[in-house]
Amino acid sequence: MMNRTHAADTSTTLGSLVLDNPILTASGCFASGREIDRLWDISDLGAVVPKSVTLEPRAGLPTPRMAETPSGMLNAIGLQNPGVATWIERDLPYLRRRGAKIIASIAGNTVDDYREVARQLGAARGIDAYEINLSCPNVEHRGLVFAVDPDRSAKVVRAVRGVLPDATLFAKLTPDVTDITAIAIPVMEAGATGISAINTTLGMAIDPVTGRPMVANGYAGMSGPALRPIAVRIVHQLHTVLGPDVPIIGMGGVRTVEDVVEFTRAGASAVAVGTATFADPFAAHDLTVQLGQWLDRHGFASLQQLRGQVHPWPHHVPPILAPPEPDGPDDGAPSRPGGSVAVDDADS
Amino acid sequence: MSRAVRHRYKGREQGPVQQEGEVVDRRRLGQYWGITVTAGEIASRCEPGQFVNVSVDIAGTLLQRPFSVAGASPSGPVAGTIDIVVDSHGPGTNALGRVRTGDRLTLMGPLGRAFPMPQRRVSAVLVGGGYGAAPLYYLGNRLRAAGHKVGFVIGAADQSRIVDPIVPKRMATLTMFTTEDGSMGEQGLVTDVLRKALVSTDAEVVYSCGPNGMLAAVSAISEDLGIPCQVAVEEHMACGVGVCMTCVLPIRDRHGEVHNRRVCVDGPVFTSTRIAWEQSRYVGPVDSSAPETVLLDDGGGGESRDSADRDPPAPDVAVPQTVDEPAATPNGSPSEGDAPGQEGRSRQRDGRGERRGGPGGDSGVGRRPGDGSWIGQ
Repeated sequence: MMNRTHAADTSTTLGSLVLDNPILTASGCFASGREIDRLWDISDLGAVVPKSVTLEPRAGLPTPRMAETPSGMLNAIGLQNPGVATWIERDLPYLRRRGAKIIASIAGNTVDDYREVARQLGAARGIDAYEINLSCPNVEHRGLVFAVDPDRSAKVVRAVRGVLPDATLFAKLTPDVTDITAIAIPVMEAGATGISAINTTLGMAIDPVTGRPMVANGYAGMSGPALRPIAVRIVHQLHTVLGPDVPIIGMGGVRTVEDVVEFTRAGASAVAVGTATFADPFAAHDLTVQLGQWLDRHGFASLQQLRGQVHPWPHHVPPILAPPEPDGPDDGAPSRPGGSVAVDDADS
Repeated sequence: MSRAVRHRYKGREQGPVQQEGEVVDRRRLGQYWGITVTAGEIASRCEPGQFVNVSVDIAGTLLQRPFSVAGASPSGPVAGTIDIVVDSHGPGTNALGRVRTGDRLTLMGPLGRAFPMPQRRVSAVLVGGGYGAAPLYYLGNRLRAAGHKVGFVIGAADQSRIVDPIVPKRMATLTMFTTEDGSMGEQGLVTDVLRKALVSTDAEVVYSCGPNGMLAAVSAISEDLGIPCQVAVEEHMACGVGVCMTCVLPIRDRHGEVHNRRVCVDGPVFTSTRIAWEQSRYVGPVDSSAPETVLLDDGGGGESRDSADRDPPAPDVAVPQTVDEPAATPNGSPSEGDAPGQEGRSRQRDGRGERRGGPGGDSGVGRRPGDGSWIGQ
């Protein structure tokens, strides 16, 4: 446990899980946890979200696997991981020994894969919550990621919920859809506790001389600060549509305390640090220390009082920032999913 | 000079730390810049073959740039400093090439595994391509101090890319230079003269650093002669500490199974026979089935894990093995430095990849030798 150097309350809740602070790691950016624990105590985090595990070990994709882009990077790793059995045997006990709260990340090619990984994780002890990574290619469905299809996403969540009836389950969604709330609503109805947003968005970079893609896979996931406004917008959309009772783990380009607060104001209950760890392995640790100090400095007693607090300018109140109608369908399930937050309505 | 002001580590005496250092010297080394920066804690922990990540404070860049440590002075007149060699060829390395004395840099290191030192007195030949020669000068000093015989074979595209040639001449019993354009030493590639150098020095161990295509060729020649060979490889790298999984290379374990291993924590130094070059993008035609055949690297925990299947220190392992001549043109070269992604791109045309990163890729055909950017003292 870290020594508190601040008075403000940074705690948060994700379903039934209570965390000392809202700083998490973004899955895929923290490997097993051992690597960073060499540098600082990972139990200082609100929770650790290690790399997604699949039923079988995966070797991942060929190199080059990454390229830096303006204020961001592309990666295509291919979910290289040791497989769920090895993870349970080797990495999970380590994380438990270190005293970290653990949000295991589940990935798979098929609905059955997800169910089986979830079952094995559920049978292991010491996992505090689960994140269902719906952004993996779905081999049963033309290789598209599950999270672009509301029915298939819901099917995965229902399958996992079936084997983990009481667990805190987050569904991690892709931003690469027209209306993410149209995915989030069925996912919530299928039994998710909350939503993690966002995964990387698909990008590409091409070497102008050789004509080769900068990342061997061709298309690759884009992350980093360049992505942050998109992620903030999506978190705000989700929070607006799903309502305050649905916890959201916000992520995408988080680097500074201000970024954490921005996501919180957009509606995030917790915030995950991803690519920033690559740029500075101490980034997430610094946030755990600095967040409370920032709140103190600005006179906020708690982080949660800022959740969802986005105030309109005095001269213009766009529909997305309008207070809910007193009798409107404001309890989380608008009749027109996403409609109330459609930016296009702003000037109509 | 002011010492590092910030150390962030968990009180251990080994392993990486992050610290801010001050640039105390910058000098021209042909095409490259030699930079000396205060980093006392890193200097005292560092061994040849390890690298540091340097933060680049340029708008639009994100990632740190990895550089092999080209020298470290834990004590003496410039105590508490390390050297790196920068090849300016992208926004990050351009900025680092322009640093001035007194500027501050944030460094993370030492990272990765060092070259294993011989267990008995040996004759060692160090083969460097481009700025890849720089960390070998650091290693050469250590070897000499331990009483070993040291020879150098250093190659590059041209004379301006031979790092600090006086340094190897001063310490070595044999020094050979090759340049592709013949502007210095013999015209050609390091591999054109390597066999002769190994035979004439009765070499018992080879250490090499440079572009991966060159390393594959140096490995093949060394293995053909039955001489153990340790190479420091380069690969595109984002984090440097083992979490991003981008810098993998296909590596054989003791049982011959191939796994994707992280260059940053399981390397960058590998025993040559452990590298499955034929499954990498550095030699021969691209094998699109490679990913399927590579088993998983369980990645588990950088440190412990693979000490189990690391070879014993160099000279006692001789695993002669026939290797077909790789398609790659061994040149010397380049891999260098600006690591993350893009900066190397323009250089691809003439063959330079970025340092541990670069698109070293093209099997080396037509590539020019190197540049490297690491250090030199």
